[in-house]
Amino acid sequence: MSYIIQGDTGDWEVVIGLEVHAQIVSNSKLFSGASTEFGGESNDHVSLVDAAMPGMLPVLNEHCVEQAVRTGLGLKAHINLYSVFERKNYFYADLPQGYQISQFAHPIVGAGTVILDMPDGSTRPIGIERLHMEQDAGKSMHDQDPKRSFIDLNRSGVALMEIVSDPDMRSPEEAGIYVRKLRSIVRYLGTCDGNMEQGSMRADVNVSVRKVGETDLRTRCEIKNVNSVRFVMQAIEVEAQRQVEIWESGGEVHQETRLFDPAKSETRAMRSKEFAHDYRYFPDPDLLPVKLSAEYVDAIAATLPELPDEKKNRFMTDYSLSAYDAGVLVVDQDTAAYFEDVVRSPEKGKTRDAKLAANWVISNLFGALNALGKSVTDSPVSSQQLGQLLDLMADDTISGRIAKDVFEIMIETSRDPADIVEEKGLTQITDTGAIEAAVDDVIANSPEQVQEFKDGNERIAGWFVGQVMKATQGKANPGMVNQLLKEKLKS
Amino acid sequence: MGNNLTNLTIAEARDGLTGGDFSAVELAEVHNKAVADARDLNAFVTETPDVALSAAKASDARRAAGDVRGPMDGVPVAIKDLFCTEGIQSTAGSHILEGFVPEYESTVSQNLKDAGAVMVGKSNMDEFAMGSATVSSYYGNTINPWKAATGENAGKDLVPGGSSGGSASAVAARLCLGATGTDTGGSIRQPASFTGIVGMKPTYGRCSRWGIVAFASSLDQAGPMTRTVRDAAIMLGAMAGHDLRDSTSAPVETPDFESSLGQGVKGLRVGIPKEYTADGMPQEITDLWAKGAEWLKAAGAEIIDVSLPHTKYALPTYYIVAPAEASANLARYDGVRFGLRVDGESLDDMYMNTRGEGFGEEVQRRVLIGTYVLSAGYYDAYYVKAQKVRTRIAGDFNAAFEDVDVMLAPTAPSPAFAIGEKMDDPVAMYLNDVFTVPASLAGLPAMSVPAGLSADGLPLGLQLIARPFDELTLFRAGEALEQAAGFDLPIFSGGED
Repeated sequence: MSYIIQGDTGDWEVVIGLEVHAQIVSNSKLFSGASTEFGGESNDHVSLVDAAMPGMLPVLNEHCVEQAVRTGLGLKAHINLYSVFERKNYFYADLPQGYQISQFAHPIVGAGTVILDMPDGSTRPIGIERLHMEQDAGKSMHDQDPKRSFIDLNRSGVALMEIVSDPDMRSPEEAGIYVRKLRSIVRYLGTCDGNMEQGSMRADVNVSVRKVGETDLRTRCEIKNVNSVRFVMQAIEVEAQRQVEIWESGGEVHQETRLFDPAKSETRAMRSKEFAHDYRYFPDPDLLPVKLSAEYVDAIAATLPELPDEKKNRFMTDYSLSAYDAGVLVVDQDTAAYFEDVVRSPEKGKTRDAKLAANWVISNLFGALNALGKSVTDSPVSSQQLGQLLDLMADDTISGRIAKDVFEIMIETSRDPADIVEEKGLTQITDTGAIEAAVDDVIANSPEQVQEFKDGNERIAGWFVGQVMKATQGKANPGMVNQLLKEKLKS
Repeated sequence: MGNNLTNLTIAEARDGLTGGDFSAVELAEVHNKAVADARDLNAFVTETPDVALSAAKASDARRAAGDVRGPMDGVPVAIKDLFCTEGIQSTAGSHILEGFVPEYESTVSQNLKDAGAVMVGKSNMDEFAMGSATVSSYYGNTINPWKAATGENAGKDLVPGGSSGGSASAVAARLCLGATGTDTGGSIRQPASFTGIVGMKPTYGRCSRWGIVAFASSLDQAGPMTRTVRDAAIMLGAMAGHDLRDSTSAPVETPDFESSLGQGVKGLRVGIPKEYTADGMPQEITDLWAKGAEWLKAAGAEIIDVSLPHTKYALPTYYIVAPAEASANLARYDGVRFGLRVDGESLDDMYMNTRGEGFGEEVQRRVLIGTYVLSAGYYDAYYVKAQKVRTRIAGDFNAAFEDVDVMLAPTAPSPAFAIGEKMDDPVAMYLNDVFTVPASLAGLPAMSVPAGLSADGLPLGLQLIARPFDELTLFRAGEALEQAAGFDLPIFSGGED
């Protein structure tokens, strides 16, 4: 489904490429032993290296290299066995070295692919151009003192992966799905926690527009440091609109760096190209080139978990789930595992109804957890308890309607469904005598309605069913009630 | 007694301390006094007599308890002010680091401390090790204890060479038994040649760079400056070693360098690189070089002519690579966290004011050169090309070392010159490094050994260059050269004596 901006001069499409900065999960920084823990007092997690004291030297954290390779493998990307750290030179108060150590000409990861799962069940591949490692800068704080700015170096030197996509996305929605998918992949891999609100994932969004049918790209703008999926989508929307208006009014879009202001829902220029830095990249002489062996990469590949795409395919094949349901379930590894636990019956060789399980997880469980603000890992209802609930429906102990009530109690109390059903006496009434008695009772007490039925108003049969179910607190087997009513009313 | 103790070599001091002839405290006291008496040389930015005394006391106490940490235990040394020393101001010769007192100790100076060496002070140097005369220090120039007897510079104050000129003058003037230097393009060897001492630059990676204020990271290397080859071997042994905190530090064992001595050079193949000549180089240096070859031949070495065809490109290559790295290395001196800050209207103003006042002219020149050669549009023509030439230069050495074990060349194209000379001509100053820079670019170990005097009575060094990590051969050849030259370092009269 295409995203088209209708202008006065015709239809425009938007071209989007993303640079996602993902903080590597690691106890210590990329080139120092300082902690990477989030929070803490300002400048608590700063080594002499992070503060760029004279004579200090960076030493590469090997764990971060492994994490970058793992991520590259998860992106189905080419791993470069030779990569080089370079210095990216610029002055800023929160960049103590006066240069950022990054990878430039020789990144550790080359071309790869991320598959987008579209809402209609289709998929769309987005190219990954490269992934490189770099160190984060510190933080300038301008709100602590009326005259001075303060610097917090806790983030200085924290390891980041910059994941650069090809300009393959054509709508804000695709960009949103891309970021979510990337987040899902790095979380599966355990290489980035994906917490955008804490800044461990943020995106630079490159946006340009062009007339539908044009093949060349027009000038792009880069929107820096967007820190939520929603803002990524909003920023693209307003930026694309802005650019269309410029082109249509006879102007020209200039390549520049912009900031998205969510409050005003607009982008603003940070600096234009004429002030653009000449970063003067050159290989960092303090660090040796990173040389990996194929065996090293293979060893990491052997420890890769099943990733969302493979899991989704397996769910569709093994459990006959729809692409949509499978896609929803695999976004999060814990959810997928929960779902599979529900399907897996404790009885050997037996499985539960996977489609029913998927429905319960997606609609009932997700709804309840959302309302509670909880995740599947701290769900009050365990996967086995939900499985037991499905079992109670499968053997006709309770109806689907009762199951919903039982589930509500489970969410509140974390109790087993069988206990709740027994205590509350919710077992479905399948005893013909008991149901017959209730039917007889209702018929005896409703002479007017019986007469109406006999006069030919057959639609009133539904009213009788409702009365019987009410009398049995919903426990009567609905099929049996129907059957008996039909017999008795016609007799 | 005092004079006798300052005349000792490190090896003699070791033996005297071992034999109980004197104590480390006595050694420290006479050297503290010598340092104080020789202030007119301005060899030190910071004198540390108290540090020396307490280290000497500790050394004596250890020795009394039977715990001697090796040949450097109790030996007074100077530490170039480029090395960060815990609790002691470390300036790198720059205004921008005035008052900077590190909370950490460089690996090399820590190694020396651990070996029991006694620091008498932080020696003066060209600002950020950029220079060949120790005239660019914010803390004043250092004076060479030598004076020309004749010629146009007779009686004038002379430069000690640079950038490790404070260390060189201090060792030559017997203010300490040894000193650390750092050599990026010749900063140990050239001042050693100018002051009549031994200056040794180890293989790149032999000594850790951790805690040494960086000038050009791919070239910087610490080394010993001493009065004898044996002392250099002893002192290097205490400085060297693999350091996990420096990724470019080589994971190699530190051999017993002193063990290479006393073996002679019989059968050693000595290369004479024909390209090591410079326009206007005095004939006496060419003659000394030839004499050096004869000495080694007489000692049993085989003299072989070799060619290092890319030598003439070494100096321009060096003056691209070193400033490029320096331009980034010096970016951290921004007035934000340590050292000098000169306030301004904005952050950019503060940077400009601080760096404008904090860096001297030569440092600013090199930062500008370095920034220029890395700039968009010039990077390929300068930096990339220079890296390619650097590879060729290293290739020349590799090829030549197929046929020879060590090379002999002049250290510098002139003896020490007068203070004030070459000051207005940076290129003339840069030409001082013409013979030392090639080995730096190739990362090779090299050493200047005092070999003779100029017609005007000034010391001249000869340089030996060996294969990577083959310092043993370097010392072996150096000893032979030293013995044949029979160079005598005079005892310079101190200020009040």
